[in-house]
Amino acid sequence: MSGREEILGRVREALSVPSHAGVKAVSGEGVRDVRKARGFLPDGGATPEARLKKFRKLAAKLKAEVEVLPDLAAAGAFLADLAKTEGWRQIASHRNDLTNSVLTSLKVPILWTDDEPGTADLEQVEAGVTSCEALIAQTGSVFVTGKGCGGRALSVLPPHHVVIATLDQLLPDMLAAFDLLRERYGDNPPSFVSFITGASRTGDIERILVLGAHGPKRLTILIVGN
Amino acid sequence: MTSDTPAHQFQEDSAVSTADFEHRQWMQDALHGYENTRGGTEAMFGDFEQARQTAAAIKWEAIENLDTLLGEFADKLEARGTRVFWAGNGKEAVDYILGVCKEHGAKNIIKSKCMTTEEIHLNPALEAAGMQVVESDLGEYIVQLREEPPFHFVFPAMHLKRDRISQIFEEKLGTEPSSDPEELTMIARRVMRQKYCEADIGISGANFAVADSGMISITENEGNARLTTSLPKVHIAVLGIEKVVPKLEDLSVMLQMLGTAGTGQWLTAYNSMIGGPRQPGEVDGPEEFHVVLLDNHRTKLLADPEQRDALRCIRCGACLNVCPIFKNIGGHNYGTTYQGPIGSVITPHLRGLQSYKHLSFSSSLCGACSETCPVKIDLHHHLMRNRRNAVQEKGGKMERWMFGQFAKVMTHPKRYRGSEGLMRFGAKLWLPFKGRKLDPLKAWTASRDLPAPAPKSFMKQWQAQEREQEEGKS
Repeated sequence: MSGREEILGRVREALSVPSHAGVKAVSGEGVRDVRKARGFLPDGGATPEARLKKFRKLAAKLKAEVEVLPDLAAAGAFLADLAKTEGWRQIASHRNDLTNSVLTSLKVPILWTDDEPGTADLEQVEAGVTSCEALIAQTGSVFVTGKGCGGRALSVLPPHHVVIATLDQLLPDMLAAFDLLRERYGDNPPSFVSFITGASRTGDIERILVLGAHGPKRLTILIVGN
Repeated sequence: MTSDTPAHQFQEDSAVSTADFEHRQWMQDALHGYENTRGGTEAMFGDFEQARQTAAAIKWEAIENLDTLLGEFADKLEARGTRVFWAGNGKEAVDYILGVCKEHGAKNIIKSKCMTTEEIHLNPALEAAGMQVVESDLGEYIVQLREEPPFHFVFPAMHLKRDRISQIFEEKLGTEPSSDPEELTMIARRVMRQKYCEADIGISGANFAVADSGMISITENEGNARLTTSLPKVHIAVLGIEKVVPKLEDLSVMLQMLGTAGTGQWLTAYNSMIGGPRQPGEVDGPEEFHVVLLDNHRTKLLADPEQRDALRCIRCGACLNVCPIFKNIGGHNYGTTYQGPIGSVITPHLRGLQSYKHLSFSSSLCGACSETCPVKIDLHHHLMRNRRNAVQEKGGKMERWMFGQFAKVMTHPKRYRGSEGLMRFGAKLWLPFKGRKLDPLKAWTASRDLPAPAPKSFMKQWQAQEREQEEGKS
């Protein structure tokens, strides 16, 4: 298209004039290196124990609930309890080994996004249960993709997002999550990936924190493993 | 005074808002709260200053290689079924978006926060074509209902107290009044749920354009951008060509810098990357994804070898939050899409130096903006460069003559001493008019004092004192 060549031409012409000294304002060896910058960012923890501690601390600050459970059966029992106390009539999830084994004993009707339900139906469920690609200790985030975690809407449309993860999915930092994405999907990443850090929130009215602005009001993260 | 020019408008409006002490206090309290939160988050970093260096280096590499990186970004997107449109100016962008909307017979448009669409005045164009446009970000929705522009490009409704918000909801949505921010937020949530389901097209912005992966990255807290880009059948993203970062891994630094500098959170609730429409094997997502890349004078700023680092800006809003001018006059008076120091720096490039030079003069040059900028843009020096360029391009003849005379007086002791007498004589003539209607210095004395010259100069007083001491000794 001509628009492309015209604009890129203007960019090239503009860049043909060298920058004045001092405009760059940054110099020094390795200053551009994001792997080196790891040490400058918030720390994710060196050991699995430190990571879990960090993850729990940040999640608590964000008012997300984290439960560490010994096995899949315990996760299933926890969900059954949650279903009772919250009065779930219908939930939504997606099929994979982890969700299948945790949800198998749950006595609540499940809408599977693999069957591509309509938006109106998905909007009616009380909770969305998803797996994740990874958990991030550095930021207390849940890393999801559209391909691996039941699509784009499942983790944002229902009022309660429940994440089922395993302890070995806990990564130190965001950089490790991007490495994982490349490793797992190569040159063809899912069309949607997201770092979910706490429940949906807003401070647009007088800077007062309100949870559940548009997305989930609650975020519960179940971590299975010892 | 008339408000025929942006400069006059700015002066008039600022005179009114600086006289409103209650509103000034309100803004200062809010922005002070932000500064406290941000300070705490910076302390979580291993070395915030070094992380800032890396963030600046990433964006500088992007700006210096903008042609190749933009090409790579567009190629990667197109390879996975995204339609990329290159818009030279706002009109081309608006026309393209209107075309896509009409092609789909769209009636309802849902938008997530996007300053670039404010810049090109997209909403009025869509509305004029008979479409209903709804801003889904809570702050943006509130100012949209009030039919006013965002007050701050990150916190659009920060100037409004809850009673004003309750009032506009009552007026426009017919809801019961409330003084509870949670209740008010839930009103918007209920309205918006309906809108998401009805929307034919979702329009978003982007915080970053990742070249090596062909993905846009969107940072938000509410989840409105995720819903806007997930549910409608068509998604259009509008972004300036300067949004590029070279690699996906660069986001591991940039997203945390944006969250921290912008809002004081170490990361916002949702940081999402979108690389195309729904792909084979995926269960949902839009069927069509359009990316509109906007120049609109950005290449003009890029051509400035002194100021092109301003294109590193990630629109975090940190410079507004610390600016003594912004804190006192607020965002609406700027009359620009981008307020505060960054707005004062770039608007002259985007809309004309002579019409917007006044913003660069309205600064105390304290440098707080440069110090807080997460990508180290030399903001306060750029304000000085804009001043210099404005004068070089079109300096006032009177001003030049006066400074010429001033230089002549100041560089010659005899002339200087002679001028002292002249000043005292002039002051005597002027004093009866001081602060009155006919005061020729009214522009100054209306809000400031101008004391009369001392009867004796410092030099004469010094000499007299020395003489007395000499006499005392002998």
